[in-house]
Amino acid sequence: MGETERAHACTLAEVRRERTVRIKRKTPAIAVNSAKDDLRGLAAQGFTASRPLRTVPAMTSETVPVIELVGATKRFRSASGGVHTAVRDLDLTVAAGEFVAVVGPTGCGKSTTLSLVSGLEPPSHGRVAVNGREVTGIPEGVGYMFQADAVLPWRTVLDNVTLGPRYRGATTSDARDRARDWVGRVGLGGFEDYYPHQLSGGMRKRVALAQTLVNEPRILLMDEPFSALDVQTRGLMQAELLRLWSGTGAAVVFVTHDLEEALVLADRVAVMTAGPATVKQVFDVRLPRPRDAEEIRLTSDFLDVYREVWESLREEVQITRERMSGRVA
Amino acid sequence: MSHDVALPGAAAPTDEDLAVSSARAAVRRRKLAVTGVRLLLVAVWLGSWELSATYLIDPFYYSKPSAIGGKLVDWFTQTTAFGSIWTQISYTLQEAVAGFALGGVAGVLLGIVLGRSRFVADVLAPFIKAANAIPRIVLASLFVIWFGLGMSSKIATAFILVFFAVFFNAFQGAREVDRGLVNNARILGAGRAQILWTIVVPSATSWILASLHSAFGFAIIGAVVGEYSGADKGLGLLINNAQGTFDSAGIYAGMIIITLIALVAEWLLTLLERRLLRWRPAASGSHDVQI
Repeated sequence: MGETERAHACTLAEVRRERTVRIKRKTPAIAVNSAKDDLRGLAAQGFTASRPLRTVPAMTSETVPVIELVGATKRFRSASGGVHTAVRDLDLTVAAGEFVAVVGPTGCGKSTTLSLVSGLEPPSHGRVAVNGREVTGIPEGVGYMFQADAVLPWRTVLDNVTLGPRYRGATTSDARDRARDWVGRVGLGGFEDYYPHQLSGGMRKRVALAQTLVNEPRILLMDEPFSALDVQTRGLMQAELLRLWSGTGAAVVFVTHDLEEALVLADRVAVMTAGPATVKQVFDVRLPRPRDAEEIRLTSDFLDVYREVWESLREEVQITRERMSGRVA
Repeated sequence: MSHDVALPGAAAPTDEDLAVSSARAAVRRRKLAVTGVRLLLVAVWLGSWELSATYLIDPFYYSKPSAIGGKLVDWFTQTTAFGSIWTQISYTLQEAVAGFALGGVAGVLLGIVLGRSRFVADVLAPFIKAANAIPRIVLASLFVIWFGLGMSSKIATAFILVFFAVFFNAFQGAREVDRGLVNNARILGAGRAQILWTIVVPSATSWILASLHSAFGFAIIGAVVGEYSGADKGLGLLINNAQGTFDSAGIYAGMIIITLIALVAEWLLTLLERRLLRWRPAASGSHDVQI
């Protein structure tokens, strides 16, 4: 995103709105906005003025964003023959090492955003770039953890984790060494020879996590990975994710409908509109790291941010609910 | 994960030990009862057949267990009209196994290829439907004309029967591969060939194995019917000859041999299936036994 784009004017109203949600950015490299084309690039001059201390790596103006969606739109042909717009005019930028959570009402099109970034689906319009390059196939260095179990039921834990290195041409023994290391790191040491059906839901998620992380992705896409788990296991997995992520410097886009989860994990939270999804607002989560995933939700700072973001998310949830009840009636 | 294990050398049997041993005894009694009733059923069936064929109905048409047994003893101790019984069994078995192997391999290959390629599948769909609608058993007569009285015409019949049985399952199995698994493999870095080998083939395996059970039955039917239509050796020829000489005991005897072969094959296939699908959770039969 160059100087020319940055120079694009922002309407005063937009600036005010963004201000009220206290978005402060230094560069457009980490800008996220829901504005239309003329606002693309955002980073109105006012935003650079004050930037509170953050625990994420500081951005410099030369840094290229690792993920960049500009006016991305995705339409599907629906089963009834009509056109279903899952994502409309979506702008989202993620910097290296940044943990961004995307929250929105159920079924609004959050997952589609991830499939655009991963290259599994091409956008109908707009631009999707990873590491500054337009996404055409599956980009290098991307890991993706799916909502549903994607571990192979016919392979043992260890053999599941070796998949990535094997696909990428590692020798069997090298792949096994790396897999064994990661199986240990996700806390499954001793379960190498178990089949997935012999494990609990939380343990299967650990396998999926190891399977993704063994490739050492620079970008980690996570699509409601813990939504099927019970509350206690989910809290534990969130803590594990933060532990494994810290120090890797990988950028994470974490999609969830659970605002609490989003705030526990992320540096920034993007609130999506009810479908078709587009970014409504972006909030900075200024909670210190390292975080204790289970304790942090009890602090008053956490509740303050929660209240603020929920204010924005509530409207969208309301819209979704009304649509659902309309369909039921 | 580990359960508490009773300390070795524990003295008196605890309540739990007693409960376990009484549960085991109950299972044993049940098994014994099931086997006993089965044997009783067979005895009643054979006994009433034997009696009614001796006193009520004409054994010329319906034969009777003792005559069938005598026929089998005859075949195995002396010889059949066409040479040793073992030669006949080995002929039929060779034809069935060859037809099964060729038909199975061809069915799996074509099924997976078509299952993965929408375009080819769309093009070939009407032809496959038509081929499936042909009463394939009639082809046995055609194959005798094409390939003669030797083994190859029977292998061809077995092949065509097995092929369709396996093909449709492999096709379905390759189509029903979980998209999530394929996407996950793509993200992990798999190419097309790697996806085929590590995702598609293993997921289709349970479909294919299910079809192999009925497919071996089809292979035997193909071989026997082929021998019916014209052969110089084989169990089908024995049966055909028995029919021609109004030897109903001979027909039953041939039937029993074929049934035994099919049962052994079924048992081998179950072993193979267990070996290949050991990753699956235990079947629902292994639920907790009530104490």
